[in-house]
Amino acid sequence: MAETGSTPEGATKPPPDAATGSVPEVPTVWRSPGAGTRARGGAARRGTRALRTRTSAVLVAVVVLTVLAVPALVPLDEQAVDLGSKLLPPSWSHPFGTDEVGRDLLLRCVYGLRISLLVGVVAGLAATVVGTVVGALAGALGGWADRVVMRLVDVFSSVPHLLLGVFIVAMFRPGLWPVVASVALTHWLSTARIVRAEVLSLRSRPYIDAAISGGSSRLRITVRHLLPGVLPQAGLAAVLMIPHAIWHESALSFLGLGLPTHEASLGNMVQAARGSLLAGDWWPTLFPGLFIIIPTLAIAGLAGAWRERLNPRRRSELML
Amino acid sequence: MLELHRITAGYDRRAPVVRDVSLTVEPGEAVGLLGPSGCGKSTLARVASLVHRPDSGTYLIDGESVRAWRHRAPREQRTAFGVVFQQPRQAADPRLRLTDLIAEPLRAAGRRTGAEERVVELAGRVGLSAELLGRRPHEVSDGQLQRACLARALVLRPRWLICDEMTAMLDASTTAALVAAVEDYRRESGAGLLTVGHDRTLLNRWCDRTVHWTELTQAENPSPPKNKPSGA
Repeated sequence: MAETGSTPEGATKPPPDAATGSVPEVPTVWRSPGAGTRARGGAARRGTRALRTRTSAVLVAVVVLTVLAVPALVPLDEQAVDLGSKLLPPSWSHPFGTDEVGRDLLLRCVYGLRISLLVGVVAGLAATVVGTVVGALAGALGGWADRVVMRLVDVFSSVPHLLLGVFIVAMFRPGLWPVVASVALTHWLSTARIVRAEVLSLRSRPYIDAAISGGSSRLRITVRHLLPGVLPQAGLAAVLMIPHAIWHESALSFLGLGLPTHEASLGNMVQAARGSLLAGDWWPTLFPGLFIIIPTLAIAGLAGAWRERLNPRRRSELML
Repeated sequence: MLELHRITAGYDRRAPVVRDVSLTVEPGEAVGLLGPSGCGKSTLARVASLVHRPDSGTYLIDGESVRAWRHRAPREQRTAFGVVFQQPRQAADPRLRLTDLIAEPLRAAGRRTGAEERVVELAGRVGLSAELLGRRPHEVSDGQLQRACLARALVLRPRWLICDEMTAMLDASTTAALVAAVEDYRRESGAGLLTVGHDRTLLNRWCDRTVHWTELTQAENPSPPKNKPSGA
């Protein structure tokens, strides 16, 4: 409505010269009555997105700072047990309450989050590197190499992630690195697929023909033109992988296959709290649970914002 | 001499775009290839410049038969062709600055010394100002980018130039400038040219000889094989 109101005003303005004067009128031709509403809806959606991005950024910053600062200031004694103060509800001295052997839940949550983030980042990066290399090789080499690699990916994909992950951790003594390896080795598949598809699409671009004609070797084309082309996608895949890896670490720990049970891991804590939850003590379950959910959603929110920047035209399909 | 003989090529073996086409280009000759859109001109140009492997047919370069295309072709054979494509936007890696775009074939050949001067010299030839060389493809116009693509095609001093609708996207003055740059290069190097387009006037003025796509399947069969009774 506002636009149509302003149009006659613009049309009655004679001063602009004929050449440029005709330009502002062009939009009014195709601007339908619904355009205003659509624009407003778009603005609202943009506003929500900006808010989500900003909230996610703040949360991620808080999480990272906490995880770096608190362990440096307050040490955690894994073995400390104080049965006199077990299962205390949240209070000023224990904001998150205490667990079934009297340990402070807030401190354990922070330590657990630290381990989760470590696993998430390392496993996410490792999975992305493996996936990118495999996908780029398959895409760049093509032919039988591509077929063999992609069938291998299909085989791995046909087994549920968690099952394969359990199988991998079961081969080692419980600890941090088997968990990282298990998550990394089960999560490169989707990245490999994405990178391969991207490489295949880049490979048929005329600039690759130009590079071939310019005498570039296959290796040079891969390193100079194909890999830089898929790097933004791979980086995004790595960030999207972090929350996923964190959930897997928690799941493995919850199943008792992840970190040793005495260690402060969020999955371990949720597992240990099951008994007290049935008895009506909600805090040992709630707080570690929130510590798993909130940071991962914040990271996913940031990744979503990045994805929209990379690919603004497909924004609606890619909304998280 | 380039001799394409009974070439069949395309992107799907069951439905080739180019069927049984023959074409020769003498050394130093400029041949213009005319034809309607989608008839397979560009595919033939891609075959001639070794970036597309034909399904069948023979291709002789200076009497030597070509056995391999794309990466598999020997480097010297590939770089004997300077190729300019129709859409500069698609033919330029969006991440490379124009300097790097033009110097890329030199770097791929391991010739780093003197690359800088060569780029500046070529930029002058194709009419690119020094200030544009530091920009990336999205920061220049189609015409400027096509100038850079021509410079890239010339950087290794090819013996053959293949221009696939090089000027289709460009205005008259840029077209004139690019054609002049190509002709300058051909005068001093004696390179042969195969240029593809559908602007009859331009090709007639530019080339020694223009052929229409429809002529290629019949007339240009120098040594007609078994199934050619009418040609002789």
